[in-house]
Amino acid sequence: MSSFNPRRVRADVPLLGRVINGRPITYLDSASSTVPPRAVIEAMDRYYSLRHANVHRGVYQTANEATDVYEGARADVARFIAAPGGADEIVFTKNTTESFNLIARSWGAANLRAGDVVLVTEMEHHANIVPWFQLRDTTGIEVRFIPVGDDFRLDLSEIDRLLDGVRLLSLTLVSNVLGTRNPVTDLAARAHERGALVAVDAAQAVAHDVTDVTELGADFLCFSAHKMLGPTGLGVLWARRELLEAMPPFLGGGGMIADVRRDGFTPADGPAKFEAGTPPIAEAAGLRAAIRYLESLGLPDVAAYEHGLTERALARLEDELAGRVRVIGPATALDRGGVLSLDVEGVHPHDVAQVLDQFGVCVRPGHHCAKPLMRRFGLAATARASFGPYSVDEDVDVLVEALQHAVAMFS
Amino acid sequence: MSLGNLDELYREIVLDHYRTPRNRGELPVPPAIRVEGFNPLCGDEIAIYVDVRDGVLSDIRLSGHGCSISQASSSLMSVAVKGHTLAEVRATIERFKVMMTVGESDADATASVADLRTMGELAALQGVAQFPVRIKCATLAWNTLTQALDEAAASA
Repeated sequence: MSSFNPRRVRADVPLLGRVINGRPITYLDSASSTVPPRAVIEAMDRYYSLRHANVHRGVYQTANEATDVYEGARADVARFIAAPGGADEIVFTKNTTESFNLIARSWGAANLRAGDVVLVTEMEHHANIVPWFQLRDTTGIEVRFIPVGDDFRLDLSEIDRLLDGVRLLSLTLVSNVLGTRNPVTDLAARAHERGALVAVDAAQAVAHDVTDVTELGADFLCFSAHKMLGPTGLGVLWARRELLEAMPPFLGGGGMIADVRRDGFTPADGPAKFEAGTPPIAEAAGLRAAIRYLESLGLPDVAAYEHGLTERALARLEDELAGRVRVIGPATALDRGGVLSLDVEGVHPHDVAQVLDQFGVCVRPGHHCAKPLMRRFGLAATARASFGPYSVDEDVDVLVEALQHAVAMFS
Repeated sequence: MSLGNLDELYREIVLDHYRTPRNRGELPVPPAIRVEGFNPLCGDEIAIYVDVRDGVLSDIRLSGHGCSISQASSSLMSVAVKGHTLAEVRATIERFKVMMTVGESDADATASVADLRTMGELAALQGVAQFPVRIKCATLAWNTLTQALDEAAASA
């Protein structure tokens, strides 16, 4: 019997106590950003109140403590994703987007030549598309797409042909629009057979289930702190140690060097090579607290709970709004995360979100930074509801009530 | 529960123009001028066709897609400007933009209450000004029309 209790999580998250337009907030936008528990906020407060100093520089006590906080976060991240090479494989970035840019600008620019193929999918976030287009425009690589089928899952019927000439397969573990969980482990094995590397966008996955880079077969993994109960402004790039060691620096400046002379510089060893300038130290303290909080919840239990919640939500939308609201994503909770992209007949997503706001319901209208996917399904936008470990069936009650109101208002 | 704010935004006239948009379609180019407008944040798209003859905006057609506010605003706009002189059209555009800034200060509000009386059906959109993120939806068509008038003036 699972000891996981979403109501305890709700009580830990101050923002969920807010009242919006006279109603308790119904926060259904965790795919955009999760809301942090008190432990995360307090960890950042504690850092600024008692330990603030720059890292890796001072010899005084608080400077050492700040360095311990920052490097401790790196060690916790390594444990959290079971990085086989430990903390030396963890690079802190600004967010998932910067992590992908780092892969493209550093590993990509150093290793890929005209004609080499980077294979992505049609359901990628722009963060895993645009950096490859930018690299294509300077080096002449080919960016190829695995299509998405009418069942909202990857169409792998031509995968052997698509893998031809591929140097990097870069794909999302869970779609931020469809909720689809991709068979990354299988695809990574196929890519490796062809000698390609594999980069995984885990932004929508890390807060919702256990992530193990070895099990996934990943060579690179990217995610953001603010989608796992942590703060904004901090992202992670994990890469296998030998890859990181061979990669040239990304941004230049302080902190990333071993030596600077009048005739040039020598980059630092380890993750520091990719962390120019003063890093987000308070955010690292927050991420550390978020990881410990998620570990205390038990991610296998969180995954089982969110699976059930998603299953019930899909059934309710089908029962109570069939014909008026279409879910743009797999119809069952199998291999699927708690992301519900909704197409409401005759009502534009912005209007849906506006009506929902009046009920205190927070959803995200728009293209969700996945325009190739939206085009694939002939949509300009959807209204997306998404779950976190604090989401409960009552959130779905209010969502359904507000959707019914929106439908009635515009029909 | 009170949905008072929503009723301010979604007035019956607005919903009517959304459900039954006026002046939808295209005009042959040339003689008409076609200008496109985009709102990259929400994906709204509009194409405006205008015929300008002897200083008068003699015809206008609209195509594209977007939310109820952008669609209703473009439809209401087309009715308000069709058949008017270019000077009148530009004055209407100005008054509409002033209306969209109501709420920023009481002085603005007082000034534009007087203007509202001259706005006719367009006054139905005044509630949008209280929803800052939706103002861009309402002004998309108007900014695109300004661009069309500028192109018409340049090619005249």
